[in-house]
Amino acid sequence: MSQKIVVGYDGSDSAKAALAFAVDQAKTQGSSIVVAHILEWSPYSFLTPTELEERHKRRGEELDRAEVAILAPAVDGLKDSGLAIDTALKYGNIATTLGDIAKESGADQIVIGRNGEPGLSSRVFGSVAISLAQSAPVPVTIVP
Amino acid sequence: MTNLIKAAAVAAPAVLAASAPAAAQSLDETINQGFASATGWFVSFIFSPFPGTTFPWIVMWLVIAATVFTLYFAFIQFRAFPHAISLVKGDYSDPNDAGEVSHFQALATALSGTVGLGNIAGVAVAIGIGGPGATFWMILAGLMGMASKFTECTLGVKYRNEYDDGTVSGGPMYYMTKGFQERGIPAGGILAVMFSIFCILGALGGGNMFQANQAHAQIANVVGDYPGWITGLIFAAIVFLVIVGGLKSIAKVTEKVVPFMGVLYVLTALVILIMNADMIMWAFGQIFEGAFTGLGVAGGMVGALIQGFKRAAFSNEAGVGSAAIAHSAVRTKEPITEGFVSLLEPFIDTVVICTMTALVIIITGQLVADPNTGLYLLDEGASTIQTVDGNKGVALTSAAFSSAIPFFKYILAVAVILFAFSTMISWSYYGLKAWTFLFGEGQTKELIFKVIFCIFVVIGASANLGPVIDFSDAAIFAMAVVNIVALYLLMPVVKGELDSYLSRLKSGEIKKHS
Repeated sequence: MSQKIVVGYDGSDSAKAALAFAVDQAKTQGSSIVVAHILEWSPYSFLTPTELEERHKRRGEELDRAEVAILAPAVDGLKDSGLAIDTALKYGNIATTLGDIAKESGADQIVIGRNGEPGLSSRVFGSVAISLAQSAPVPVTIVP
Repeated sequence: MTNLIKAAAVAAPAVLAASAPAAAQSLDETINQGFASATGWFVSFIFSPFPGTTFPWIVMWLVIAATVFTLYFAFIQFRAFPHAISLVKGDYSDPNDAGEVSHFQALATALSGTVGLGNIAGVAVAIGIGGPGATFWMILAGLMGMASKFTECTLGVKYRNEYDDGTVSGGPMYYMTKGFQERGIPAGGILAVMFSIFCILGALGGGNMFQANQAHAQIANVVGDYPGWITGLIFAAIVFLVIVGGLKSIAKVTEKVVPFMGVLYVLTALVILIMNADMIMWAFGQIFEGAFTGLGVAGGMVGALIQGFKRAAFSNEAGVGSAAIAHSAVRTKEPITEGFVSLLEPFIDTVVICTMTALVIIITGQLVADPNTGLYLLDEGASTIQTVDGNKGVALTSAAFSSAIPFFKYILAVAVILFAFSTMISWSYYGLKAWTFLFGEGQTKELIFKVIFCIFVVIGASANLGPVIDFSDAAIFAMAVVNIVALYLLMPVVKGELDSYLSRLKSGEIKKHS
């Protein structure tokens, strides 16, 4: 049985909980894990001329920082788990991009953590968990 | 932050104005006279007419260029229009490139540099002199200008410099040097230097003084008259904080608010047009009739045509080369795609937004016509059309909008200030690129330019509209003189890119990602 689980991971406590949950499940099922980090990005935001000029450079810096500060420690922590670990690092809308990663990697489940209280901002703008529940191509597990 | 600027810009002058008006007016006048005499020769040269006519050679130069590009690329502005929209929507963007500058972002930033006072004040100036007929020529020039913009932006991306740290520098000075060298054409370096000098002047003129001048006129229109140097100092201080102090927050807020202001402006104009729906056909009648007869304006049909062409060029900057600087930051494997996207710019700027302003001014009856002959009446100097309240420039637009929606003049005042500000930030960047091309990059060198830029904000706000607008036009058109020479010489390069791209698009090699 070879399954694959995509874990949405941003280094927060709830993301760590989600990863731990996914690892437990993977061990019992013999699955592999994709640790995915999404850098929130909209191609429709507005930038100043100077920001345009520096965008490519900043993108490189942001990717490096995410790799070193978020993904590397997570992978390190799973070294002894014996599981096959992969990473994914992308720009985009968090929910849609997680869905895309699941589709591309042929995963059969997405696991994410839940970010705290359902406050005003998530009522207005929606939350990743809700968007994912509506749009994900595979089953989604939300870890509290 | 925006509220802060608004409050500071509106409140402070009102307080200061009461205290020392007499001394300040004379300072304004000194600056004004000095400025007019210092720049007069340059303006006369750029706008000198063909011998024996009143037709400025520079206007002909731009129109011929736009026509040549339109024909050479077989009406690319209409053929590629739907594809340009697909590109902006991101249909052809590789998802793996997310996080890089998108076509939409490059277009939005370039637009925020061009959409602004040209659309609000410039159109009013054009209609005030050339009558409704100027609108026809303005729209025509806008449609043709799309081909010029397509040509220059494709070249801007193709020949930009990419540095090791990932930043890019592009624009006419780079395609003049690298493009000419590649094709074995001499004198690219000289053209590039000339362009850079004119670009710096254009940045200080149309990209700065005209903006400061009209922003002041707008504020004075709302809070009452007061000396221009006060507005100038406040604007200069804010611009200084942003471009020298690196205070990104102000620029960020402005860049985000400006597009909404643009949309709000167009929507308001639409509401006014719908309120007067029965007059729209009449307005278009005035526009067509005026285009070919002048309806009594100074210079008749030619007068209307010159005003229309001039304002279109000043508003959308097609052929000027400034957009090539803004668009060159996009990360794309196909330079031509940025050309496609950029051809939307004159369309949005001139064909849509400028036309809205013109229609509102015409429909709300700001221009005074003789009820018997239907011809427009001229002011004493016989150069401008009489308006209901004697308004000119931005005040005319403001009066037109307020006559339908009274509180709109406050919204317009805020919009003008923000447009002026965002245009200044964009042009400070264009000017800086030209400056560093001439003198090399380096903190001190860049600082010198930025300080000069801020000083010109004060001068612009203090001078009268006439000399400032003349100099602004002259400097920006001078850029076009040099840029268009380069575009003629390099247009086969664009043709090659276009043919290759279109054939790959047809064969399915280039396909949509989503």
